[in-house]
Amino acid sequence: MKKIKCVIWDLDHTVWNGVLLEDGDNVQLREGIVEIIQELDRRGILQSISSRNEEEMAMAKLKEFGLDEYFLYPQINWNAKSSSIKKIVESINIGMDTIAFVDDQPFEREEVGAALPDVLLIDALDTDQLLGMPEMNPTFITDDSKNRRLMYMSDIKRKEIEESFEGPQEEFLASLGMELTISPVTTDDLQRAEELTVRTHQLNTTGYTYSYEELDQLRHSPDHKLMIVDLKDKYGTYGKIGLILLECKEEAWYIKLLLMSCRVMSRGIGSILINYIMQLAKENNVTLRAEFVKTDRNRMMLITYKFAGFKEMETNGNHILFENDLSLVQPYPDYVQVTVKDTIEVSN
Amino acid sequence: MENAIKAKVKKFLSRFFKSQEIADDQDIFSLGFVNSLFAMQLVLFLEKEFDIMVDTEDLDLENFRTIDLITSFVEKKQA
Repeated sequence: MKKIKCVIWDLDHTVWNGVLLEDGDNVQLREGIVEIIQELDRRGILQSISSRNEEEMAMAKLKEFGLDEYFLYPQINWNAKSSSIKKIVESINIGMDTIAFVDDQPFEREEVGAALPDVLLIDALDTDQLLGMPEMNPTFITDDSKNRRLMYMSDIKRKEIEESFEGPQEEFLASLGMELTISPVTTDDLQRAEELTVRTHQLNTTGYTYSYEELDQLRHSPDHKLMIVDLKDKYGTYGKIGLILLECKEEAWYIKLLLMSCRVMSRGIGSILINYIMQLAKENNVTLRAEFVKTDRNRMMLITYKFAGFKEMETNGNHILFENDLSLVQPYPDYVQVTVKDTIEVSN
Repeated sequence: MENAIKAKVKKFLSRFFKSQEIADDQDIFSLGFVNSLFAMQLVLFLEKEFDIMVDTEDLDLENFRTIDLITSFVEKKQA
């Protein structure tokens, strides 16, 4: 069972009773709906809207109800709902199989189900049970989950600025004033670390998942290094967005896990982390190897490894073992300030 | 026809290396930090623009180090 990352709501007869275009000022929120929306938000589950309606009027109504700010990329138009959902999924950049769609009309649910079979369909009549569904209950609720919507909101602002930015990408990145911090995982980070291993698919080199307890053990293990990565810029924090797990063996150090949240996809963080690990290996005079498990979604990490000079040692189906001879370790780029905390110092 | 491919590659690269004039045989990976995003965009650009598939075994720095190398890589894949 997949956990749901985003609930997409219909409006008429779903969020409120009645039809906005017919009943206008008389539409009332359905009972309990505000509590559901607020609780999902607290759990870090994102929300959006796919409604066939008059956009301006519907947004004004949501504002009146004090709900407008809960929805990312609301799609209020006359298109097929499946196409609206596709747009939301592309904008947020998450998997279709992590989406739930709530609508009172069987016709709309069927249309979405036929076009997007991975979407979980929920009848508006069943919303009173929604919060109890296992899919809607993340294993942990961390600070990052509670702030998730706000972090996506800052992302929307960044994206708007990025799109209107004239000039090379590097200049845009420099304008963000990014600060990246790499630190050892502490007890407080364990829930988020587990969440990252479970939630991250695209920017993930192996997809290995670890439980809270396993991560806690690895954190204390003398043969492992477990690090968490935090990113912020002038628009706010991205939160804890990356995780590194190294296994330090006699013959070599192995990168077991290197992952980043897809929210930092366009920030060039992958190469920075790889170069950090390469510097670390170089200073410790060890051979550096990396495990990789190919999926249909993590090609970007494969390319990142290859372009960082990793060479295949062994390939076994989807499993690849890489080695890097550390002949070319790049310095960190100018556009981000990298801080490494409480671990072997790495020159910048 | 060498120049059609080369011209497109140059145009693409100019978005990333705006300030520098890059020679055809200059190592673009030595010009500064090559980030994961650039790498991905380069690969996707080549695939889309020239209708080729960049396979795992093609993802070798030696295929992408210079404008000349990228051009001959595309020619080889199109052949």
